[in-house]
Amino acid sequence: MPRRSWRPTFALLFVSGVVFAAESERTGLGSEPTAEELGAAGYTVFPDGKGLPAGSGTVSEGRAVYQQFCAACHGKNAEGDEAAALVGGRDSLTSGRPRKTVESYWPYATTLWDYIRRSMPYESPGSLNDDEIYAVVAHLLHLGGVVGEDAVLDQESLPRVEMPNREGFVSDDRPDTD
Amino acid sequence: MSKQRPSRRAFLGLAGAAAASSLHPAARAQTTGEIRDLGDTPSDYGRPSPFEDSKRWSRAPDATASSSNTPLADLEGIVTPSGLHFERHHTGVPAIDPDTHRLTIHGLVDRPLVFTMDDLVRMSSVSRFHFIECSGNSAREWSPAGAPNVQLSHGLASCSEWTGVLLADLLDEVGVKADASWIVAEGADAGLMSRSVPLERALDDVMIAYGQNGEAVRPEQGYPLRLLVPGCEGSISVKWLRRIEVAHMPSMARDETSKYTDLLPDGKARQFTLVMDAKSVITRPSGEQKLDRPGFFEIRGLAWSGRGTISRVEVSTDGGRSWTDAEIEGPRHAKAFTRFRSPWRWDGGRHLLMSRATDDTGYVQPTLAALLEARGRSTIYHNNRIKAWEVRESGEVTNAEA
Repeated sequence: MPRRSWRPTFALLFVSGVVFAAESERTGLGSEPTAEELGAAGYTVFPDGKGLPAGSGTVSEGRAVYQQFCAACHGKNAEGDEAAALVGGRDSLTSGRPRKTVESYWPYATTLWDYIRRSMPYESPGSLNDDEIYAVVAHLLHLGGVVGEDAVLDQESLPRVEMPNREGFVSDDRPDTD
Repeated sequence: MSKQRPSRRAFLGLAGAAAASSLHPAARAQTTGEIRDLGDTPSDYGRPSPFEDSKRWSRAPDATASSSNTPLADLEGIVTPSGLHFERHHTGVPAIDPDTHRLTIHGLVDRPLVFTMDDLVRMSSVSRFHFIECSGNSAREWSPAGAPNVQLSHGLASCSEWTGVLLADLLDEVGVKADASWIVAEGADAGLMSRSVPLERALDDVMIAYGQNGEAVRPEQGYPLRLLVPGCEGSISVKWLRRIEVAHMPSMARDETSKYTDLLPDGKARQFTLVMDAKSVITRPSGEQKLDRPGFFEIRGLAWSGRGTISRVEVSTDGGRSWTDAEIEGPRHAKAFTRFRSPWRWDGGRHLLMSRATDDTGYVQPTLAALLEARGRSTIYHNNRIKAWEVRESGEVTNAEA
């Protein structure tokens, strides 16, 4: 991160006995947002739970949310229809016919919360409230056998959910051809 | 049709093109009498000649999985006309008023800042040629014959001159805290498309682009503002950029876990396979074209590498038994389309045409067999195999099993 070494605002550089005063590259452009403006700008949910809002949802609450907003595309039991299957496929990843679902493939439960908040339901993203998102995530993880029938998901419990394929990813080791 | 410059159609001998042009209503300038009609007056915004018919090809016209492919066989040089740049968007193209658009940079920073478009245009600018390639480009090339034409086989790649601000300059404005290691970018499309970029990479050559080929970035490409991560898979160059969060870890967004990861035979999947490896393809002659008669042709194509510049392109007309170096024509920018050409006399026989790129890291474009050997058959993305076109005795050009 070489550019950060340009701070503080003045750096004295000695080059061949000549002294240069290098001014900071900051332009001062841009404006500092108020706390309200920053809060409205949006947020990201991270695997450690950072960003997750208050609220909670249960499996049974999620069943109703799912049937109303999700089942038409993803199938009654999330088995896939017009849109992708969300459950099933465990142990298929080495089969030559992998079925990559939330249950079989996704490494973090927080990703499901983040993605539903961003992009689902497809025709009206943003229409679910935080409780409904926690609930539908709980329902899907229960359908996939990841959490029990009595699970309650919130900003504390969701990051602690152990996804079946949590250890299924490796870093990029290309080039891999001669 | 005789023109000063051999047209694309003359080269291809495309049936019907000559007939269509002689009937075209815009052909009125070609009068035979002594009195000649005046031509058109100046226009607000010029368009291609009505005799030209280059078009993107779209798989799904609805917004559900929208993408469209660049007609690479029609292109000259290294720049993709902005209107022919490939598209890939997950929730449609939003219409954004630049006067109300804002870029917020926050998270692990000394001072969060909100930038207007005017702020960004005032900052130091850079203009650079870079390709963008969807990592799902050439997904049909996992089968030996692959797609029947180069628009389908390689058309999820395009190259533009991008103008904008270096992200490093913007991160200087906000001041990145010592415990930061990633940035998370977010778009203003309906689905708030989001990807994580390693901070080290973000401080390198990543741009926030508002210009494309001399004008504003096109709506399909992120108007008014997009992230541009040179050399990396297209989806990380988040379009309609509205927010950057400086963070302590990647967000593990859906499009860097569920999608855009590469499943290997042992069941493990490679993640953050961002760089697009060196690749090339012959665009003329290529699939679904037709050589009208034996004689001289120039084999032409494009090569690119996400790791640097193209140092060499070789061409084979005998299915890879022998190779000759092609000429590099025009500029050779890092992480940009590079044009190659090689003279060829077609003897009227059957030939398998192939190209093979090498970049300045020494990486050599692999065969399909080498990719399958290394990765198995369950990967989807990052197919940069050597592509073969078969020229038949009839002059027809088809996809071929190399």
